[in-house]
Amino acid sequence: MLTVEGLSAGYGRIEALNGIDLEVRSGEIMSLVGANGAGKTTLLMTVCGAPLRTAGRILFDGEDITGLPMHEIVRRGLGHVPEGRRIFPRMTVLENLRMGGYAADPKNFPSDLEKVLTLFPQLKQRLGQRGGTLSGGEQQMLAIGRALIGRPRMLLLDEPSLGLAPLIALQLFQAIVAINRDEKLTVLLIEQNAYQALKLADRACIMVNGRITLHGTGAELLADPAVQAAYLEGAA
Amino acid sequence: MTIDIFLQQLVNGLTLGAFYGLIALGYTMVYGIIGMINFAHGDIYMIGAFVALIGFVVLSTIGVVSVPLAILIVLVMAMFFTACYGWAVERIAYRPLRGSPRLAPLISAIGMSIVLQNYVQIAQGARTKSLQPIVNGQYSIDVGNGAHVTVSLLQIIIIVLTVALMAGFTWVIRSTPLGRAQRATEQDATMAALLGVNVNRTISITFVIGASLAAVAGMMATLYYGVIDFYIGFIAGIKAFTAAVLGGIGSLPGAMLGGLAIGLIESFWPVFFDLAYRDVAVFGVLILVLIFRPTGLLGRPEIEKV
Repeated sequence: MLTVEGLSAGYGRIEALNGIDLEVRSGEIMSLVGANGAGKTTLLMTVCGAPLRTAGRILFDGEDITGLPMHEIVRRGLGHVPEGRRIFPRMTVLENLRMGGYAADPKNFPSDLEKVLTLFPQLKQRLGQRGGTLSGGEQQMLAIGRALIGRPRMLLLDEPSLGLAPLIALQLFQAIVAINRDEKLTVLLIEQNAYQALKLADRACIMVNGRITLHGTGAELLADPAVQAAYLEGAA
Repeated sequence: MTIDIFLQQLVNGLTLGAFYGLIALGYTMVYGIIGMINFAHGDIYMIGAFVALIGFVVLSTIGVVSVPLAILIVLVMAMFFTACYGWAVERIAYRPLRGSPRLAPLISAIGMSIVLQNYVQIAQGARTKSLQPIVNGQYSIDVGNGAHVTVSLLQIIIIVLTVALMAGFTWVIRSTPLGRAQRATEQDATMAALLGVNVNRTISITFVIGASLAAVAGMMATLYYGVIDFYIGFIAGIKAFTAAVLGGIGSLPGAMLGGLAIGLIESFWPVFFDLAYRDVAVFGVLILVLIFRPTGLLGRPEIEKV
């Protein structure tokens, strides 16, 4: 569904991605695991049209989306839950969710809102509250809900567990699996929490210094001694 | 101060406040969305006044005698043409500098202000232009003890028009997809783009809205003062900027409130002090606000919980 071919990107003279090849298949959860600074966020932002690319192509559903402006890419069906959640702090929860449907048909909003509130019932009492006043976990739910309102065909998640209590993180991972299963939504998940990310993934990649060094099924990578040594110490 | 002087200056102050509030909205919106002070905005107001003057002259030449109709046509015309100027200023002078250090667009703005003033000076001449009063009625209201307050029909029109525009504007920003996109871009432009907002277009629309509100103030100035020249944008612009800072730059209700406050300060100052120092009083307010309350009356501090 999403194909990245030979993608390189950087910030000025600092190279962050070095010839990335990646394929995410329709309906699967693909996890991308790597340390801080490996280039995971740069990869997602470049896929979504941030002007960082120096070489390579990005195809979504067979269409070449390389170089399209950011605001066009969401209309192709790519929902993005960015690093740090990026909730609009001075808009209410409801307004944040409405922004999620900005590029979508407003007629679908009531039913899509209902769906998101069923998935994350905590948000229901918070609808009139400003986004900036929510707790970290609620903000993450809101960020995912906001992306889902646009009815994406593929969801990009950038470190959803960052800074959250383990129990809340677990709840979010379960929600992601449920969305993938029930809605047949393709998911590309970026995580530092390697154990959880590999456990729920159909397939996964390991990223080091702007390159993909390993790939396989989630179970294969979980069992790989090199991965265990580098990312899973004490986790399993 | 007797009650009649108080009420009289209140009416005059409200009228002045309407001008400053309408112009201040343009400053504060642009600051909110791209973080720069558009110093050419006062000159956009001046352009609005000139377009309105030309409009009234043309309409009277072709024989439009109905005053409400003339005001309506000129209002739409001034808003439209001035909005084109506002759009063009952003396109020519600010968009190419997006992402550059903050000082660059500021210098560009001052340059644009000089360009607009000189353009009007060359195109329309440097002499003061005048317009015969076309809205004449006035009402004298008895406030007891033989004292009375005079309210002109034009003052009523100005205040009602401003309140209606501000209400409509507030509704657009609060409750429409356009307003939500505008606020979202202001709070996090990259995230807004990721959700499908065309950020460049939203910024253009911000300039267009700001310029059309300034155009209304310009038209009202043409009617109210009856004389305009190419330089009126400078003082009016800086006073409206003061209003925006007083209200809290970036805050829309703040700009309206600040405009009202500056209008009232200007109208009540001569009751107690020397009229000659009126501008000093306004700019004194700017200095005091910047020293003691830089976030203004309704502004928010830069730091916030994320």
